[in-house]
Amino acid sequence: MSRQYQFKLVLLGESAVGKSSLVLRFVKDQFDDYRESTIGAAFLTQTVQLDDQTTIRFEIWDTAGQERYKSLAPMYYRNANCAVVVYDITQSASLEKARSWIRELQRQADPSIIIALCGNKTDLEARRQVTQEEAKKYAEEEGLMWCEASAKTGEGVQDIFMAIAKKLPLSAPQSQKGQARAGGQPRGVDLSSKPAAEQDGCNC
Amino acid sequence: MDEEYDVIVLGTGLTECILSGLLSVEGKKVLHMDRNDYYGGDSASLNLTQLYRKFRPDQAPPAELGRDRDYAIDLIPKFIIASGELTKILVHTNVTRYLEFKQIAGSFVYRDGRISKVPSTEMEAVKSPLMGLFEKRRAKQFFEFLQNWKDDDPATHQGRNLDTEPMESIYAYFKLEPGTQDFIGHAMALYLDDDYKKKPARQTYNRIILYTSSMARWGKSPYLYPLYGLGELPQAFARLSAIYGGTYMLDKKVDEIVLDSQGKFVGVRSGDETVKAKQVIGDPSYFGAGATGAGAGKMRVVEEHKVVRAICILKHPIPGTDDSDSAQIIIPQNQVGRRNDIYIAMVSSTHNVCSKDIYVAIVSTIIETDKPELEIRPGLELLGPIHEKFVSISPLFTPTSSGKEDNIFITRSYDATSHFETVVEDVQDVWKRVMGSDLVLKEREIEPTE
Repeated sequence: MSRQYQFKLVLLGESAVGKSSLVLRFVKDQFDDYRESTIGAAFLTQTVQLDDQTTIRFEIWDTAGQERYKSLAPMYYRNANCAVVVYDITQSASLEKARSWIRELQRQADPSIIIALCGNKTDLEARRQVTQEEAKKYAEEEGLMWCEASAKTGEGVQDIFMAIAKKLPLSAPQSQKGQARAGGQPRGVDLSSKPAAEQDGCNC
Repeated sequence: MDEEYDVIVLGTGLTECILSGLLSVEGKKVLHMDRNDYYGGDSASLNLTQLYRKFRPDQAPPAELGRDRDYAIDLIPKFIIASGELTKILVHTNVTRYLEFKQIAGSFVYRDGRISKVPSTEMEAVKSPLMGLFEKRRAKQFFEFLQNWKDDDPATHQGRNLDTEPMESIYAYFKLEPGTQDFIGHAMALYLDDDYKKKPARQTYNRIILYTSSMARWGKSPYLYPLYGLGELPQAFARLSAIYGGTYMLDKKVDEIVLDSQGKFVGVRSGDETVKAKQVIGDPSYFGAGATGAGAGKMRVVEEHKVVRAICILKHPIPGTDDSDSAQIIIPQNQVGRRNDIYIAMVSSTHNVCSKDIYVAIVSTIIETDKPELEIRPGLELLGPIHEKFVSISPLFTPTSSGKEDNIFITRSYDATSHFETVVEDVQDVWKRVMGSDLVLKEREIEPTE
């Protein structure tokens, strides 16, 4: 019997480090050199096949630009199971920003959240400012997953999400508090559902 | 901040966030600012630290209340009426994907010194102590009359005319007792006072139909509530706005509404920077409400009346509600010799707004005397022992002009009603003033992967 598990994944990182590009590569295997700041599509889903029996469905939340002036809503972090914090290997300041986002996650998100620190733009190796050693050391100190990738070439992108999928706890029942909605089914009342069948007689 | 925007929105209350979201979807370039470092303005939900900072700045939250992050205490007590206008906007804009909803377990009404559940099924109605046997029969005829009413079929009208006859004459036709009228007008049509009885019956008819269709939708009560508190609603609409290009700045001081020589809106000044835009929308607090003395800026709003609200933290469900995890209790004004109803709205850890075994009830009413705390006493007395109580008095403001002359569009304060219908009316009103046309809800485009 195959099973699908759904998890909420949030993206964080300074503007222009390539958060949306990484997701676009992961979800649609596309890349756009002149991608505008995130508009219109900030809620994407993608599945990863863990083994014959198990599929992981990521419900991916992009910041929609609300990170720019430190205006991300608490709703963003709520019930996030995993986070990808992105920095740009050609901008050392972006790693500093990533550190502050990780502190924010540790403050706001569920303590069991799985965090992956990801250096993007490995296609620009010649302009590298952040060494692998430096980032890796920091990730180890904080107990984070770490990887590098290029949204442009696609190198390493699938690996990030696969690595996260492998670390997610599948034993916990999906309805448990802190889990994303299972299988896309809201746990509460579904507002868009059609009204219930007519009740008998009048309501009073 | 050197760009120019179509619209600057000030304050992230629900009204402003719905407008911001809808305007961004429409293609407007929106800058949305708030002086607070949290979303929601007057319609925020606060954690314990924020709650104490607001009401008792010199006191830390007691540890026995549990973890700070488990709390989301609403400042304004309102529920979502299931078949109402807010539900339509939530569904049309698809922001429901960011939210989860639970039902409110029951709606109760106070009569002759005790509370009874507003019946949600025929079974409950038959057993309800709200009416005697003969009165139940008369009420049944009244509700059948409403349910069967068809505008184009005079045979269903029983000689009545909803558009010309006042509600009191419809009550008289069905010979309904005053207590039944209280129950229908206040617990179902949700009027705050008795002025409706002299007005054409049509509006009361619409309200009762809204109530009964909401009740029929999921049973138990006509109300829904978002998990983690009402403050989730503005956040969800803010996200909608951001996804469609809206720019968000929290924790941003707003120092001046800048005008040109004709008094028309030019921009908003924060410190040394001025951002320009064609129009500005904002809540009353950005346009002189509550401000005094020099530098308060021009007063562009007037106070209509005041509301008293008491946020009460309880360690037990409200007595007489059958241990409901959530409830609305309406105390009709006639029952306690007032002009305005007293409302109680209660939610609990089931709604992820507080620690386990804690219940949060808000008692509120429109102020009629100079002793507001005494006025809500009939409500407080229904709660049993109150563990903590935070009382606030909020003036309700309304704008003095339409904004047509100066491009300044001001929203209204959150009123004393128990639901969001008037908030949506305000959204529709401001939209029309800003855009020059009625708000028409369009389906949001389906995003590629869904």
